[in-house]
Amino acid sequence: MFRVRITRRQEPRGWSSWFVLGAAVALSLVLSGVLLSLRDISPLTGLAVLFKGAYGSRFAIEDCLIKAIPIFLCSLGVAVAFRLQIWNIGAEGQFALGAVGATWVALTFPELPGPILLPAMILMAALAGGLWGMVPALLRQRLQTNEIIVTLMMNYIAILFLDYLVYGVWKDPTSYGFPMTSEFPPQAVVGKIGSTSVNWGLGHCLVLGTVVWVFIRFTRIGFELRAAGDSVRAARYAGIPYDRLVVLVMVISGALAGWAGFLEASATINRLQPSIMVGYGYTAIVVAWLARLNPLTIAIASFLLAGLRVGVENLQLDLQVPAAFGGILEGLILLTVLAGGLFTSYRLSVRRS
Amino acid sequence: MELAIIVPLLAAAVQSGTPILYATLGEIVTEKSGVLNLGVEGVMILGTLTAFVVALTTGSPVLAFVAAGVAGTLAAAIHGMVCLWFRGNQVVSGLALTILGTGLADYLGNAYVGRTAPGFSPVALPLLSEIPIVGPIFFNHDPLVYLTYGLPPLIWYGLMRTRPGLCLRAAGEYPAAATAAGLDVAAYRWFGILGGGFLMGLGGAYLSLSYTHLWTNNLTGGRGWIAVALVIFAFWRPGRAVFGAYLFGGIMALQLRLQASGTQLPSSLLLMLPYALTVIVLVLSSWRRGASEAPAALGVNMEPAD
Repeated sequence: MFRVRITRRQEPRGWSSWFVLGAAVALSLVLSGVLLSLRDISPLTGLAVLFKGAYGSRFAIEDCLIKAIPIFLCSLGVAVAFRLQIWNIGAEGQFALGAVGATWVALTFPELPGPILLPAMILMAALAGGLWGMVPALLRQRLQTNEIIVTLMMNYIAILFLDYLVYGVWKDPTSYGFPMTSEFPPQAVVGKIGSTSVNWGLGHCLVLGTVVWVFIRFTRIGFELRAAGDSVRAARYAGIPYDRLVVLVMVISGALAGWAGFLEASATINRLQPSIMVGYGYTAIVVAWLARLNPLTIAIASFLLAGLRVGVENLQLDLQVPAAFGGILEGLILLTVLAGGLFTSYRLSVRRS
Repeated sequence: MELAIIVPLLAAAVQSGTPILYATLGEIVTEKSGVLNLGVEGVMILGTLTAFVVALTTGSPVLAFVAAGVAGTLAAAIHGMVCLWFRGNQVVSGLALTILGTGLADYLGNAYVGRTAPGFSPVALPLLSEIPIVGPIFFNHDPLVYLTYGLPPLIWYGLMRTRPGLCLRAAGEYPAAATAAGLDVAAYRWFGILGGGFLMGLGGAYLSLSYTHLWTNNLTGGRGWIAVALVIFAFWRPGRAVFGAYLFGGIMALQLRLQASGTQLPSSLLLMLPYALTVIVLVLSSWRRGASEAPAALGVNMEPAD
């Protein structure tokens, strides 16, 4: 008989985490290939269609970038909360309210010039998302209410509120009954970069990503965040105001998701409609976890998972694979990477017993 | 108010509360062993789909019900592998399981959308159903509802009054002491995960076998998450879970009735009710007692002993 002995490593191994990541993604692709073969699609053909659709052309890459923008911003926010071991599952709802806030400004003050209107939309979006994130934070701070469930329930509420607006009071009277607001005035639309189809939201990502990185890395509060994230108890002894950090972190998190909602409404759809909600907020959680909460790796992971979405759209068009295939892949990758963590944080040794 | 309105509403509350009750009881069993499973929504929906497909292909609702339990067990086993074997974070694993489960159900159920399958129909219990008020509320349902009348006391007895139940709770309260006392903590946690998953699968089955008899995407509609919240509301007690589940069943039934009655209230605002109530209920229960009733080692993986 052999026994496997497991001991925790003092220092997690660096190089092997890339190997584990690769192995986990490969395993996920194999498993999803099995699912493709259930629909009589050869796994290799399916995966080829997926990858070609995602990264095979300039148009595809641009689409990946467009989708990576909201994922990156939501994920950046989620990651800041995760730093403090606060489980913000609410990016989806904060994103929805950000879109609602921005739309309210665009519809109420359509005559304002662009240089005033756009910042006002951003401000309102960040405010709406930030306040929506603050509610669960305050509940947790005051009453230790479980933030996982509260943020999740508030997603449902926010999305239904968005539905209520576009099906009701905000519905465009000329939309032939479709649930959508009227199109934003041209100066409320974030433009595209040069001749590409990618919007300037990419620039927003660059700036916000840098700001968050500097904030976490070089400011006093950022240091407190990292310390408290490692050990709540130690942070309390050191006099770090943990409870106030919880609120701060959730407001930042919500504001970033709200900003993403603004960009999606303004730059991508140019109006508000229910189809704006495609689950970027949930993908953002997967990204934040995979990327180990570091802005640069979050950017890379956002791009890759956006590619997964684009690729799955291609699978849907070419081979009639249901869109849910994307969710399966995301779930599989997250589970296998999580399981693979054993090999980087623990030492396994086989002994004869 | 008139009984003619109240009684059918309460009967509907029991009916729509039943799937939530199954899932809540399942999560209680899992959490008592010290494992937090946030994948309830995903486990449930796989139960819903399995029940539907088995009922459609075999024509046997009973077989379909059992199959859904097995599907729930298998889905929960993924969580068990990631958390117990690979020591992955329980919160992330549960979320991933929900993403995977809903994705799988949509993917595999795609061909069945809109189709109907045989299921269970209400059977009035002789004598009991004739009791005024109580009869129509509790004893004029399908067999799956009656089954839940026996479950909470059974689970309570199993957890609180038997030796294996005590060991399972020890695994959830103080795994290190349980290990020192010679208990196989991992085995009890496996039991909590798999047994809980079985019940969650049954709860999912209720949605396709009794509640609707058909398959569409997103049939669970957040009921799994409501169940997670209800565990906290119930302070991990099966008896209080019954009360909570029927409360939510009542709100869901009320919301359907208001919609059907052609009220002026927009449907999206009505649909918010259960989710808003979940937040309120959570706030109230944390205000009253905080998280003090939770199993002490909930969500914490075992560190390997040297």
